[in-house]
Amino acid sequence: MQDKLTIGGIELGSRLLLGTGKFPSNAIIPQVIKSSGAKVITVALRRIDFDSEDENILKHIPKDCILMPNTSGARNADEAVRIARIARAAGCGNWIKIEVISDNKYLLPDNFETIRATEILAKEGFTVLPYMSPDLMTARRLKDAGASAVMPLGAPIGTNKGLRTRELVKILIDEIDLPIIVDAGLGRPSEAAEAMELGAAAVLVNTAIATSDDPISMGEAFGLAVLAGRKAFLSGAGAVKDFAEASSPLTGFLGT
Amino acid sequence: MNITLNGNRVEIEKPVTLMELLELKGIEVEKIIVEYNYDILMRDDWKITALKENDNIEVLRFVGGG
Repeated sequence: MQDKLTIGGIELGSRLLLGTGKFPSNAIIPQVIKSSGAKVITVALRRIDFDSEDENILKHIPKDCILMPNTSGARNADEAVRIARIARAAGCGNWIKIEVISDNKYLLPDNFETIRATEILAKEGFTVLPYMSPDLMTARRLKDAGASAVMPLGAPIGTNKGLRTRELVKILIDEIDLPIIVDAGLGRPSEAAEAMELGAAAVLVNTAIATSDDPISMGEAFGLAVLAGRKAFLSGAGAVKDFAEASSPLTGFLGT
Repeated sequence: MNITLNGNRVEIEKPVTLMELLELKGIEVEKIIVEYNYDILMRDDWKITALKENDNIEVLRFVGGG
């Protein structure tokens, strides 16, 4: 059965999107991309530190991947727009993950500024994937603003706490006619599978893979979990019941 | 002449082009992005852009991020 996710007119070969921060070494990123099967890869834009030799992340990302620069560091819509334009001018394509954050403790996104940035960048022809706090009205406005997908958080960035926003994400999945991609907070493959079983179109994972003891193997585990979760969603799970219902026939016992 | 480079005030003694400044700073120019007075400056223009007082220059690159 054909079950491909299409975003911005591009058919994606994987429903796992991968972030590239926090890896013990950038050199293992190509292997993690391979083991996880991820095709959409996020990167960030930063000022060069003239006093240290830091390397360019792009050389570790295979050419057949879609680069999705994020606007991390932006505290309002204008800064996000500025970062997006720079990223596109740098030749990274037109995908952009909008991330507008002014709260440093929980790194929760500013939904209002995120809508503003989405509106501006979608009009400029970007494929816009906004990171947001799961809220139905915000998601509707993001859709109206021209977002190509909506990316609600599962839990605060980097916490590995799992799908704590499950009920709210479910509402977005049911009500918003755009791919819903759970971004941030997923810490275990089982939680990625949970999001997919719920009907998420994809998940974006970084910290859980990058900070594991074996990122290459953990990347593979997440890739498999996303496949399993998606297949389970398409298969339609059986009903949950309050009382037991025997799986074996209750008649025709031996000796009766 | 004083310019702002990546948010810091920098004093430059003699007239230079943007490219000369980058070379002076020992930057591998193949892998960077330059914003010059809030506009992205294409690579071809780096050699012909002579810096002037109070220019604002941002030199950026891609790093790992989620």
